[in-house]
Amino acid sequence: MLNEQTVRSLEAQAKSLRMDILKMLHASQSGHTGGSLSAIDIMTALYFHHMRHDAQRPDWPERDRFVLSKGHAAPALYACLAAAGYFPAEDLATLRRLGSHLQGHPDMKKTPGVDVCTGSLGQGLSQAVGLALAARLGGGRHRVYALLGDGELQEGQIWEAVMAAAHYGLDNLCVIVDHNRLQIDGFIEQVMNVTPVGDKFAAFNWHVLEIDGHDMAAICRGLAEAEAPERPTVLVAHTVKGKGVSIFENKAKYHGVAPSDEELRFALQTLGA
Amino acid sequence: MSAMIATRDAYGQALVELGRSDSRIVALDADLSGSTKTAQFAKEFPDRFFNAGIAEANMVGMAAGLAAGGMIPFASTFAVFAAGRAFEQIRQSVAYPRLNVKIVATHGGITVGEDGGSHQSVEDLAIMRALPNMTVLCPADGPETAAAIRAAAAFDGPVFVRLGRGKVPVIFAEACPFAIGRGVTLRAGGDLTFMGTGLMTAAALAAAASLAGEGIDARVLHFGTIKPLDRDLVLQAGRETGAVVTAEEHSIIGGLGSAVCEVLAEGCPVPVERIGMPDVFGQSGPADALLEHYGLTSTHLVAAARRVLGRKG
Repeated sequence: MLNEQTVRSLEAQAKSLRMDILKMLHASQSGHTGGSLSAIDIMTALYFHHMRHDAQRPDWPERDRFVLSKGHAAPALYACLAAAGYFPAEDLATLRRLGSHLQGHPDMKKTPGVDVCTGSLGQGLSQAVGLALAARLGGGRHRVYALLGDGELQEGQIWEAVMAAAHYGLDNLCVIVDHNRLQIDGFIEQVMNVTPVGDKFAAFNWHVLEIDGHDMAAICRGLAEAEAPERPTVLVAHTVKGKGVSIFENKAKYHGVAPSDEELRFALQTLGA
Repeated sequence: MSAMIATRDAYGQALVELGRSDSRIVALDADLSGSTKTAQFAKEFPDRFFNAGIAEANMVGMAAGLAAGGMIPFASTFAVFAAGRAFEQIRQSVAYPRLNVKIVATHGGITVGEDGGSHQSVEDLAIMRALPNMTVLCPADGPETAAAIRAAAAFDGPVFVRLGRGKVPVIFAEACPFAIGRGVTLRAGGDLTFMGTGLMTAAALAAAASLAGEGIDARVLHFGTIKPLDRDLVLQAGRETGAVVTAEEHSIIGGLGSAVCEVLAEGCPVPVERIGMPDVFGQSGPADALLEHYGLTSTHLVAAARRVLGRKG
């Protein structure tokens, strides 16, 4: 099912989305570069390979749901939604502008294709648990995907939700942790250590898979294997903050800083524009 | 002597009845279902009841997700935890996206009693009133609570309902209507107006009856909706009676008294006395003794009426 050609095509898509992300961040001169680039390979696999969704029907009840719990990676989400056809690509240049439907953090009431409002870290997983419960109650076969930051795991509410997802045996819920090891103030191990991530989820009786979050084939395989009877699954995706452009990689500085003119030129060159 | 019913008991019963007629109704609790009375719903609809355990933040987040998935969740815990601990979840996950979540907070105010100040919410109405997209209800008795719960279920959007622990006198008739955003005139009168909410409306009625014996004709308005406040009813009373006493089992900061003063100051400045908790936390004690201690009785309302009449121009 997963052939070489599909993987290559998804990799090309991710490269193109990286450029979209950087261009929109450059246009707004505000937003989160590092965490958008670390998450984009995972989100490419979700939106262009794995999830059941339809840009022509953003409110399709049977669509798989996506919760960007690390809401500051909104540029990555907007790039995916525009490329999937939820809204015109020209809108991306309006990111964070007054009156734009592309808010600084995802807004379900403004942007077609956004399933929940996120941005305040720690809250998305609880909403994903609620969506998974609603799917079960409604008899739907759709699944719920939630992308979490690793720094976000410092929020206590995450573990309340982790406990609840296992308690309710939510096998229709899949969490992906974008484990890029950096938060605003520095390396997670130094600010407040949340590692080992997988062991913590395992202790709460989750099905745990560890993957390279930039290996497209591994991401797709992980998503396909992310089903276990009566248990939620977590993919601990090992990633690099700022992935794809050397000047942004592994630098906490680019958590919340948009590229300058020169940085954008360099980035687009690197990515092969 | 009128019948006495706890508003939380009326909630538990109303929720079960709603559950029977609408399969989208689901209930959540945070290990207090016996106290908030969602246990009745849990018993009849175990598949539609979700206990979050002692984790209010996650309970509200789950409710948001359930609403985003098409359900009509009622999430309950004590007012102090709902509006306090889970405040930011209500803000970000419920009010900001205007999701169809009902937060029904029981044990509001000082009549929680013996558990003490740590468990007596005197600020929940103020907190919730400040949130955009939030509707805030505070019914007076059992029948009005049942009607308010039905109205909240029928309303598409976030609603915070504040209920109490103890039994309170029945004022409204069974199957009374409840219109969100509308106050109710319980007694006509032209000399001054009592404006009450929650259990203090019963005290306002008692105070008005007492004043009538002295020839003072007090109007009594009840506001089962704190937000959006019935501005027209407030302004009409201000114009026609020229003096107002507000009464609430809540801090005088940010609740009904504040809301009324905001409306009157802008539209019809008249003397106002606010009866409520005077910017202090409560303490342990029997509910009645606490109401007496903090000045939340009909006797105190009568005294406030005299003060406000003395200030009337």
